[in-house]
Amino acid sequence: MTMTADTPVASESIFRRNLSNFAANRLAMACALIVVLFAVMAVFAPWIAPHDPNETDLFRRLQPPAWIAGGEWSFLLGCDALGRDILSRIIYGARISIFIGLAVIFVATTVGILAGLAAGYLRGWVDILISRLVDILLGFPYLIFAIGLMAMMGPGLWNIILALAYKEWVIPARVVRGETLVTRELEYVEAARALGASRWHIMLREILPNVLSPVIVVATIRMAHVIILEASLSFLGLGVQPPTASWGSMVSDGRAFILEAWWVSTFPGLAILLLVLAINVTSQGLRDAFDPRFSE
Amino acid sequence: MKDALLEVRGLRTVFETRAGRVCAVDGVDVEVRRGECLGIVGESGSGKSVTFSSVMGLVKSPGHIESGTVVFDGRDLRGLTPREMRAVRGRDIAMTMQDALTALNPALTVGEQIAEVLEAHDETLPARGAARRTAIRNTSVEMLGLVGIPSAETRLKQYPHEFSGGMRQRIMIAIALACRPKLLIADEPTTALDVTIQAQVLELISDIRARLGMSVALITHDLGVVAEHCDRVMVMYAGQVVEEGPTAEVIGAPKHPYTQGLLASIPRPGLRGQPIHPIEGQVPDLIGLPPQCRFYSRCAHRRDACLTPVEMRQAGPQRRARCILIGEDEA
Repeated sequence: MTMTADTPVASESIFRRNLSNFAANRLAMACALIVVLFAVMAVFAPWIAPHDPNETDLFRRLQPPAWIAGGEWSFLLGCDALGRDILSRIIYGARISIFIGLAVIFVATTVGILAGLAAGYLRGWVDILISRLVDILLGFPYLIFAIGLMAMMGPGLWNIILALAYKEWVIPARVVRGETLVTRELEYVEAARALGASRWHIMLREILPNVLSPVIVVATIRMAHVIILEASLSFLGLGVQPPTASWGSMVSDGRAFILEAWWVSTFPGLAILLLVLAINVTSQGLRDAFDPRFSE
Repeated sequence: MKDALLEVRGLRTVFETRAGRVCAVDGVDVEVRRGECLGIVGESGSGKSVTFSSVMGLVKSPGHIESGTVVFDGRDLRGLTPREMRAVRGRDIAMTMQDALTALNPALTVGEQIAEVLEAHDETLPARGAARRTAIRNTSVEMLGLVGIPSAETRLKQYPHEFSGGMRQRIMIAIALACRPKLLIADEPTTALDVTIQAQVLELISDIRARLGMSVALITHDLGVVAEHCDRVMVMYAGQVVEEGPTAEVIGAPKHPYTQGLLASIPRPGLRGQPIHPIEGQVPDLIGLPPQCRFYSRCAHRRDACLTPVEMRQAGPQRRARCILIGEDEA
């Protein structure tokens, strides 16, 4: 028997094929680029930021952006009430937003995948336990829940991550459980059992790779939510503590002067808007590429 | 006479369903001898697949084995712990699934899927490191070669969707054979394939059986396949074995009316132009079966004596059938 001519020699996994689908979507690619730019900005903040974000200068109190009378080009987006450079603070604030976003999603997705696999594959009391816990957590309004936890644990970077991850894991857990329920009945799982595979092996090696695509899509969509939630907590003063720059607390700081110095709140607000929008469009592109059922 | 590799006695597997208790396998005895190919024939729902799922300890909930013994190579499989049973599956007994198109994991390369079985069971592999990887690779290439897949080296890196149906069936056989099992259970290996490929795959199984000296239990609903490839045949109907014996004898002179009916319903070139005789009626509902011959309602020879439980009767030196006609007047 010989190989037919049209047999592809270079191998292509479904995952890689999905990625090339994604690359064909120009809008999504542009938004992915924006997300990458924000990430680069966060990582290289000390080299990119024109000023020390925490350096105060009372002579520059509420100095307007460069293109308005009284502004300076070295302080492009103006200064806040303590004379700190808003652009530098936005650049440093990207670190907080993206780091918290990634950390929460990482913790939540890891926990969610394990919980979802266990519930969906093992069934029985494990499923009942996990599913009821998921239902209970879903019953709480997210922000109220996070505020409550922050009030108990006190503010701080790691506490925010914990407070958000406590509830965030239910989202990937539900997705993985649902997908696992379908996948566990497929013949290749049965075949793996017939070849003597253990439960853990089946869950992690056979089922997980097949449920990963929706998890990746959900993780990106949720990352945008988490960034907004972090900004909300910081806005309420429950987030990262001053003087560390966070977009949410910057918006909050500017509230008092919104009429005379609109730039203090507006620019960090725009940063949140831009990043969240870019992540959302990217995730929709991913969804279209990974799940043909949704694409038009 | 060759000794038995697998010996199942009085196996009863039931499913507790909402509508009632379904006895899918009712008092089945199976014997697979070393090096032989046993054919298991029956319609859908006759219990042939469930019998072998029971042997593997893979009956899905709500089903469970109610009674019976399963002795494989001198070991009582039903007495093993789940961990011990896992070691038997894949290493001593391997099973190929009905549908090769869905029985391979789409997210893993073929090489990874062969490697998994070896990782799980092959104790002759070097402990770790590059030597282990090379050994796994060599065995994988060898297995793909064994099932007739060309350029195995490059093929190992490919995913199942890059193979045709027949190729996937071959790969599944390669995976099943990777640890050189003593018994291969082939569950309808050809149903998802077209006819020319079917013949190739069956040839392959027969060929490998002879080369590796393993036993094969070939589950099928096609008596033609059995005639060509099996040493002995076992016919199942409604959860019971109704007839068993050497293939040539069973097909040449079937004793049980059901086997006779099955053979009469196969179209043959010699009977061109003549009508095919299907077996009238339906397989009985397995819920709440009366204690009588299960073929009673469809049997042309039925009589009052059939309304009592019918046991297997000796019908020749190596033949048994479940019919009261046997030993009476030779129908």
